[in-house]
Amino acid sequence: MAFSDEQLTRYSRHIILKEFGVKGQKKLSRGRVLIVGAGGLGSPAALYLAAAGVGCIGIIDADEVDLSNLQRQIIHGTNDVGKPKADSARASMLAVNPEPEVRAIRAFVNAGNILDLIRDYDFIIDGTDNFPAKFLVNDACVLAGKAFSHAGILRFNGQLMTYVPGQGPCYRCVFKEPPPPEAVPTCRQAGVIGALAGVVGSIQAMEAVKYLAGIGDLLTGVLLTYDALKTAFRRISLPRRADCAVCGEAPSITAPVDYARAACDLS
Amino acid sequence: MTLVVAGNSKEYPDGINLTRLIELEKVETPMYVTVALNDDFVESGGFESTTLKDGDRVEFLYFMGGGR
Ligand SMILES: [Zn+2]
Repeated sequence: MAFSDEQLTRYSRHIILKEFGVKGQKKLSRGRVLIVGAGGLGSPAALYLAAAGVGCIGIIDADEVDLSNLQRQIIHGTNDVGKPKADSARASMLAVNPEPEVRAIRAFVNAGNILDLIRDYDFIIDGTDNFPAKFLVNDACVLAGKAFSHAGILRFNGQLMTYVPGQGPCYRCVFKEPPPPEAVPTCRQAGVIGALAGVVGSIQAMEAVKYLAGIGDLLTGVLLTYDALKTAFRRISLPRRADCAVCGEAPSITAPVDYARAACDLS
Repeated sequence: MTLVVAGNSKEYPDGINLTRLIELEKVETPMYVTVALNDDFVESGGFESTTLKDGDRVEFLYFMGGGR
């Protein structure tokens, strides 16, 4: 497959990078990324991956755009309030770049559908907003042998970790199991600064690009934390847990599991 | 003794255990924090019995559930 003149122009700033080049761009155009959640993290991730020319991008979200989303979910506009987020996100992505195949999936992820949803993709981006979904994405990716980017944000802080099968810990190695509903603060209760989602979601897009192009070092075996108030990034090295319930030597979790969601996340 | 907590070197009373450090550091949700000591996890049942020594590096890892 050769790039057209228009594609060579569109992706010229990628192609001129000596570590990336035509080869890297071709890998992106053959790459397939699934973004779970068209919200604060999913917005910048989806826009950058579409702009970058990733060949196929799935974006999953069951909700409609709400006015309170727009402070951080930059893929949606004021005119999109009330529309399905997956559709609104798809329209914005194709407006940036009509080339990718963008699949808008209006669904909640659950134990019954997650393995089918991730099957077609090379890399998964966790842009979910609750622990049951974060553990579900982790477990499904471990079970299916898929690489994924975990991220969480709260108030002025964010954290990220990338899982690649056979390299370093999974999310469950670090956090074991979801905390009880209401035990730890959520964004809805505690707030989140909009641009924080932009910083963290953009790093998730960067991880996907590096994974697809096969360049650089991923955040495997590392939890990257970002404190926006101090403008401080830290890399915390973390081991794999040999007794992890899903990626360990004798896993007790052999199929995706649903956990009850916090009442405040149900609306 | 000097401990490196979340990347910062600070003085602490000699021989304190992890439970005491969690109090001194005012960890927000002590029941749900993951602790790494010198790059290894400490089981949550083991905080009381984990005595810290000079030069130990401690990280507190917090649940961060937001994303949308
Ligand atoms: Zn694990």
